[in-house]
Amino acid sequence: MSCCAPGTEGSLQLDAARQGLPSNEELLLSSQTLDDGLHQIDLSVPDVHCGGCIKTIEDGLSALPLVQRARVNLSTKRVSVVWSPAQGDPAQIVQTLSTLGYQPHLFDLGVEGGDETLSMLVRSLAVAGFAAANIMLLSVSVWSGAEASTRDLFHWISAVIAIPALAYSGRVFFRSAFSALSHGRLNMDVPISLAVVLAFLMSLYETANSGEHAYFDASVTLLFFLLIGRTLDHVMRERARSAVKGLARLAPRGAMVVGKNGQRDFLPIEDITTGMTILLAAGDRVPVDARVVKGVSDLDCSLVNGESVAQTVTPGEVLRAGTLNLTGPLTIEALAPARQSFLAEMIRLMEVAEGAKAGYRRLADRAAQLYAPVVHLVALLSFVGWLAVSGDWQRALYIAIAVLIITCPCALALAVPVVQVVASGRLFEAGIMVKDGTAMERLAEIDSVTFDKTGTLTLGQPRLINRGDIGTRNLMLAAALGAHSRHPLSRALAAAAPDTRQAPPSFDSIKEEPGAGLEATRQGVIYRLGRANWALDPKTETADPADSYQPGQTVLSADGVFLAAFVFDDALRPDAAAAVAALRNRGLAVDMVSGDQVGIVRRLAEALGIPSFKGGVLPEAKSRHVAGLAEAGHRVLMVGDGLNDAPALVRAHVSMAPATAADVGRNAADFVFLHDSLSAVTIALDVSRKAGQLIRQNFALAILYNMIAIPTAVLGYATPLVAALAMSSSSIVVVLNSLRLRRPNPADHRAKSGKEESAVGLLAIGRGT
Amino acid sequence: MNILIYLIPAALVLGALGLVAFLWSMRSGQFDDLDGAAYRILDDEDEKPGS
Repeated sequence: MSCCAPGTEGSLQLDAARQGLPSNEELLLSSQTLDDGLHQIDLSVPDVHCGGCIKTIEDGLSALPLVQRARVNLSTKRVSVVWSPAQGDPAQIVQTLSTLGYQPHLFDLGVEGGDETLSMLVRSLAVAGFAAANIMLLSVSVWSGAEASTRDLFHWISAVIAIPALAYSGRVFFRSAFSALSHGRLNMDVPISLAVVLAFLMSLYETANSGEHAYFDASVTLLFFLLIGRTLDHVMRERARSAVKGLARLAPRGAMVVGKNGQRDFLPIEDITTGMTILLAAGDRVPVDARVVKGVSDLDCSLVNGESVAQTVTPGEVLRAGTLNLTGPLTIEALAPARQSFLAEMIRLMEVAEGAKAGYRRLADRAAQLYAPVVHLVALLSFVGWLAVSGDWQRALYIAIAVLIITCPCALALAVPVVQVVASGRLFEAGIMVKDGTAMERLAEIDSVTFDKTGTLTLGQPRLINRGDIGTRNLMLAAALGAHSRHPLSRALAAAAPDTRQAPPSFDSIKEEPGAGLEATRQGVIYRLGRANWALDPKTETADPADSYQPGQTVLSADGVFLAAFVFDDALRPDAAAAVAALRNRGLAVDMVSGDQVGIVRRLAEALGIPSFKGGVLPEAKSRHVAGLAEAGHRVLMVGDGLNDAPALVRAHVSMAPATAADVGRNAADFVFLHDSLSAVTIALDVSRKAGQLIRQNFALAILYNMIAIPTAVLGYATPLVAALAMSSSSIVVVLNSLRLRRPNPADHRAKSGKEESAVGLLAIGRGT
Repeated sequence: MNILIYLIPAALVLGALGLVAFLWSMRSGQFDDLDGAAYRILDDEDEKPGS
């Protein structure tokens, strides 16, 4: 179990400091109170992936005095902790997790709740399975040639088992079929319900008349197979939904509000109203649109407008909700409640943009639209035909019902969900969450890709690029200083610390000057790291290095004397160039739109080989750009992360966002990828295309089966035995074909096939109940 | 064929037992963490599932 590679921890800790862990108040807000004064909190830990991780986390947490119980769920990648508030702060829990190398994320317990639909489906499935097995057992004895009296007895027993099973397990289909019919539409559930009910009624009639052919087994087995498809469909959507929900919430859950009498309260964000005074510590996100009253600080706006350079704010300036306060504490005054903040404007834009997806009809629905009328017509024609030929209406009805039963879209109903469950399982292993099944159908259709820049093609974190020009001693000094600040440039310097065996220099005192830089004293010398016009003393400045820096550039100085200048660039996302090249190789048009300055955008586009790009784009313009492509007949995949990308994400044919994206962006995207690497885009595309191919193969198989089965039934050769064999075999063929997607693809060596998910996922359906 | 009077109820009762056992195991949380269980068996200090 050495898959938790050591050495990754350092970077994770840096991450933790940058992203900011949930605070005590947030943890209390989102925890549940148990009976005996204990609290329970469920945290999402996406990095858990093996037995070693389970043990590390459970042992690590249990060692804390306040923790009563800790249990990791590997399937949902969550840890559930029961703790007693009397024995300490819950912040220890998240700190411990983060120190162990697992970044914990909060999610809403309130919205979570139990999954009623799933447990209902699983119970229905269990009942249908029980009934199908027993009725099949009796039917096999009948087919083996039971004498007339025994046969009748068996038929009656089957009927007694089938009635409650149909009534209980069939509800899902009957309800959906009824609502479709009452709206004047046809869906897949209409032929299903008809076949199941008619088969049962006809068998009952046969049994009452001591007839030979009863279809009790067919009607219950049908229900069983179809419920499998339905349950898988539900499991897939649910898994994706909860996984996405479990990621970090970048929007703050609450803020420290100062009351009229000076008392401080931590209020949930919904309770913040205009005019309230809020204390914003360094590292917090701005909860609502607000104006700075007191304090100076640097703000990271990359999620909001895509700009990669931190901005300095001073009293009187207006802050947008969602930006991150980096260096100094601020006192701010709320200008609007959360519902009317910048976020809300984005949501309005997203609503305007809706349309591309609403118009998309699921593949399965389109198939049903064609299939149901054809089947009903064939059944009707065979009734009319037999009535005309033989004049025996009973026989004609019998054959028409047999046609309905044998054409019941069993394989068709399994064709889509099984493939999508397997495909989403493959993507899940590669760290990609799929919101719903149609996302994969849509992704398979795209012909162009639009990227956002900051946070998508780049990580949105600066990186030191002139490391070679700086002496080791100066770099060490700068790195040691930088480790004391949250400012992205300081972080980049700290990360660039040289690998030496010497201990990093220590300072006697350090203070941060928000908007300017860091100042430290060491052995009587004052070191300054920050803007050149602040760090350098004009009096002592020599003319010599004057042209090697600009006034706003970051420099290191000792007693006002220049030591080194640093040049930064936004770090590219791993595999960004490879992913862009791979997409272009697949014949897709790639372009980039960004809210950042045109010059920066051009440099990146050239570095990555992206032929067309736009810079300085406003959120509306992004959405318009995507809409323009769509009008030109393109099907666009939008990849973006910021709040400003959200409208474009919604407008695009299909969209993707990294897990570090803003809440709104992540909710708008169809796919969310957890790992840093941009190869997620190509993996998702390949799996989706393969899945689309398999779905079409499955449809072809189902149609082939019908082409053989329908003539048999129409000619009157269908018996319950033939029906049972034909239906089960077609379903099994479809399922087996879908499972081919699980075979490791030689080109796709990134997919770690360490864990074997149960193939059909049947066992997984118990989750969350 | 009198033997059927015993055999069929016996078969149905056994089937129903299986059904009840499944519903019970689901409710008691045994299907909550399928991937974790595979690793937990390797851990000597294991506890009961579904706490």
